[in-house]
Amino acid sequence: MNFLVGAFKAPCSISITLADGRSRKQVPLKKENGKTAMVPLFQSQENIIGEVVIEPVQGKKVEHNGIKIELLGQIELYFDRGNLYDFTSLVRELDVPGELYERKAYPFEFSTVEMPYESYNGVNVRLRYVLKVTVGRNFISNIVEYQHFVVQNYTPPPSMNNSIKMEVGIEDCLHIEFEYSKSKYHLRDVIIGKIYFLLVRIKIKNMELEIRRRESTGSGPNTYVETETLAKFELMDGAPVRGESIPIRLFLSPYELTPTYRNINNKFSVKYYLNLVLVDEEDRRYFKQQEITVYRLLETS
Amino acid sequence: MIADGVEDEEKWLAAGITGLQQNAFYMHRALDSNNLRDALKYSAQMLSELRTSKLSPHKYYELYMRSFDELRKLEMFFKEEARRGCSIVELYELVQHAGNILPRLYLLCTVGSVYIKSKEAPAKDVLKDLVEMCRGIQHPVRGLFLRSYLSQVSRDKLPDIGSEFEGDADTVIDAVDFVLQNFTEMNKLWVRMQHQGPAREKEKREKERSELRDLVGKNLHVLSQIEGVDLDLYRDTVLPRVLEQVVNCKDEIAQFYLMDCIIQVFPDEYHLQTLEILLGACPQLQPSVDIKTVLSRLMERLSNYAASSTDVLPEFLQVEAFSKLNNAIGKVIEAQVDMPIFGAVTLYSSLLTFTLHVHPDRLDYADQVLGACVKKLSGHGKLEDSRSTKQIVALLSAPLEKYNDIVTALKLSNYPRVMEYLDTETNKVMATVIIQSIMKNNTRIPTADKVDSLFELMEGLIKDLDETHEEVDEDDFNEEQNSVARLIQMLSNDDPEEMYKIICNVRKHIMTGGQRRLPFTVPPLVFSALKLVRRLQAPDENPFGDETSTTPKKIFQLLNQTIESLSAVPSPELALRLYLQCAEAANDCDLEPVAYEFFTQAYILYEEEVSDSRAQVTALHLIIGTLQRMHVFGVENRDTLTHKATGYSAKLLKKPDQCRAVYGCAHLFWVDDQDNLKDGERVLICLKRALRIANAAQQMSNAARGSTGSVTLFVEILNKYLYFFEKGNTHITVAAIQSLIELIMTEMQSESSTPDPATDAFLASTKRYIQFQKQKGGSIGEKYEPVKV
Repeated sequence: MNFLVGAFKAPCSISITLADGRSRKQVPLKKENGKTAMVPLFQSQENIIGEVVIEPVQGKKVEHNGIKIELLGQIELYFDRGNLYDFTSLVRELDVPGELYERKAYPFEFSTVEMPYESYNGVNVRLRYVLKVTVGRNFISNIVEYQHFVVQNYTPPPSMNNSIKMEVGIEDCLHIEFEYSKSKYHLRDVIIGKIYFLLVRIKIKNMELEIRRRESTGSGPNTYVETETLAKFELMDGAPVRGESIPIRLFLSPYELTPTYRNINNKFSVKYYLNLVLVDEEDRRYFKQQEITVYRLLETS
Repeated sequence: MIADGVEDEEKWLAAGITGLQQNAFYMHRALDSNNLRDALKYSAQMLSELRTSKLSPHKYYELYMRSFDELRKLEMFFKEEARRGCSIVELYELVQHAGNILPRLYLLCTVGSVYIKSKEAPAKDVLKDLVEMCRGIQHPVRGLFLRSYLSQVSRDKLPDIGSEFEGDADTVIDAVDFVLQNFTEMNKLWVRMQHQGPAREKEKREKERSELRDLVGKNLHVLSQIEGVDLDLYRDTVLPRVLEQVVNCKDEIAQFYLMDCIIQVFPDEYHLQTLEILLGACPQLQPSVDIKTVLSRLMERLSNYAASSTDVLPEFLQVEAFSKLNNAIGKVIEAQVDMPIFGAVTLYSSLLTFTLHVHPDRLDYADQVLGACVKKLSGHGKLEDSRSTKQIVALLSAPLEKYNDIVTALKLSNYPRVMEYLDTETNKVMATVIIQSIMKNNTRIPTADKVDSLFELMEGLIKDLDETHEEVDEDDFNEEQNSVARLIQMLSNDDPEEMYKIICNVRKHIMTGGQRRLPFTVPPLVFSALKLVRRLQAPDENPFGDETSTTPKKIFQLLNQTIESLSAVPSPELALRLYLQCAEAANDCDLEPVAYEFFTQAYILYEEEVSDSRAQVTALHLIIGTLQRMHVFGVENRDTLTHKATGYSAKLLKKPDQCRAVYGCAHLFWVDDQDNLKDGERVLICLKRALRIANAAQQMSNAARGSTGSVTLFVEILNKYLYFFEKGNTHITVAAIQSLIELIMTEMQSESSTPDPATDAFLASTKRYIQFQKQKGGSIGEKYEPVKV
């Protein structure tokens, strides 16, 4: 929509600046046109304070029937393109209808904004936050300006964090017991674990641990599920014998993970799985998938 | 197909090296520009070449070594990074982001080494982490090389006593734990190789395994190099854990190699103090393990250790090394039912060597070993297997070499029992060894019992053991028997009584030797006996006179019987000589009847057995010579014997022989120092007879060949004339001499005579002698005066 502004040469320029814009952390955000821009980072219940400056083009007056700023939380489903679901919508009126002759600044403030969902850019779905300034006009299209920002929410370490321990196998063929020390991991966590081989009758070539992301969108018959493998990490090379135990140590930081999202506004969910894969000499794959919860750790320091 | 395999392997190796060099190049570039991320990326790619399964261990090693060199550069870089302030902990995490495990672990070990060096974390934690993480490689070859890399980079960073990495939290125990764990894992991988892949490639796999064994053994070497591994730590931790692994791996190749390794790398005193533990593991090894070699090497080492210094011997006693070893060997032999005799004997042989070194004073130990050996051998009959016999020879030679004294060895009651199991041939060899030992050391064998045992030992040389008379090489046989003869000469005892017994015993044994051996063995025995006789003669040697049981008479009786056996062999010439020797000895003892008896025997032999004319001549001259020296005979006996001898002389076949025998007989009637034995007339008769025979010989020759032959005989007779003339035989006159000289001159000038330079020279010197005697003056000169030349 920005290009529309440029195309028709809007009679005024609108800029949105944040009060703590200089000091606030900026994170990259991939935009629709594929470019990455740096945008400010917020978390839920923060105050979003700033200023909107409207400056009419030299010697022109801007007639308007009201100026407002909105804070929108939107979910966009790609298969349903065009339809944005606003799960959050806050409005501040900046000016009553009238005319603008010269540059005018409007301070604004959204206090302790409830932003329960994190920004997310998935395969089939996008969740984004935006500040939208609208200069309302009669008969002709409104002049709008957007400021994207990213929301990330931090969670304290979970009080319960059991290990995942399981014995699986194919009768008389392969029995293993694996253990991941935790079921919940933060984004920079490390997966520690062990695989015990209780019975090995097949010729194993190697073993990998995969991190898979399962993104599920829509509901009912219109559910779309997309699974991506984000990491393939070789754990073992060669054929173990009974009684061997193979250590697991997988650092999560190199991978682009997000926290687990369960049922975001009934629109989508994102879950993570650890998939243990054993490959035999004939390239047959034996695997076992376990869900893990990923969270964004609140840095206490 | 095999050739293809080799070619393919070369190709794969070449490809691997190319890939490695390429990535190493990029890595170097990244290192030069301090680009950590790229350095890690390319080094991981470079190390990916090691993921290949296509190379044999040998070729893989080449690839490994190249990677190793490159990793050294990377390590330098990491050190630099750390110095520049890069967090080593972060680096440690960063390398673990690599997706492939093998490159990841190589990098981890490399950073780990820098990490320890930086001392940012306790060495033991890093080491423990590294050795644990390496479990991810379960492929035997790749795992072995990776762990060997770990061992290599950590060697100088172990928290050993006195090392810079020792600290409150890091003790030598941690170092030991680390190496032990790495060792255990490596051994498991190594053993596992045996069971992977098709059965038909077993041989190839075993070859590959043996190429890799040093990688495993290296760990034990590292352990032995750790300063902090003292005896207590070794006994309580290191050895039990290594042995546990060795026993539990149940793999023949590994068990053999590792046992040997343990024995070779750790110090002797540790072995000595932990013998029980070490030996306890032996019966638990697989039955196919070549345990004998292992134990033999152990005992060899301990023997050398014992030999190195006498200070260490008390240690051996203190730990009862012998009984422990003995027990262990017993158990091993019991446990390994299929062990060939060869193996068992080897073990006993090593044990014997050991005990001889360590407990030279405990003969009972040595005997115990031999006894155990006999027990093992019993029920197997004679040994056919050449390796076993060789070992037995070694076993039996050991005490001889150690004590240098057969007498000590003879005290070992089981010694002859072991010998019984040798085949005839080897038995002989062993007997020869024994004799050589005696010769070399000049051992005296003092008692009859010992002699008895000794000869029993040497049975193989003394008589034919088996019925079949296999053809033995003449030279070898002679050699053997000569050595027996020499041995007989060595037996002596100052006590005549005992010496007599010795002689009797020897006689008993050699009499069983059969006709081939007697000619060798009887003469030394006879001379040995005669030596004894001479000693008895000496007055102070026999203070009890005839009271003692050993009298010359008895000996002579014995000798008589002994020599008799020779004539039956038949070896008459030899018997005759011996009779004459005895006669002479009897003469010295004043035993006329005995001497006479010997002469009679000699004469009988001459008449009945000596038929060869040459032998007759020799024998006769011997008889004459001996008889001439006899003084014991009364007139009658002497006459009889002399008469006989003269008679024999005349009956010789060839005239010249007759002639010489006859003039020899002349001496029988003229003994210088006995006045009653100067019968000048009969001397002359003999000489005249000799002349006649010489004449007849000349004529016969003339008749038969047309020439008279030489005058040698005449010159010889002339010399006899001169001899007796000089001695004062009045029957020899100047006229007789004169006429003989003329006769010779005439004969020489006769046309039919054959010129003979030797005879001319002989005559000339005879003449010169006469001339010389004349000029001498005095009574001799006077006597010669009338003789004209």
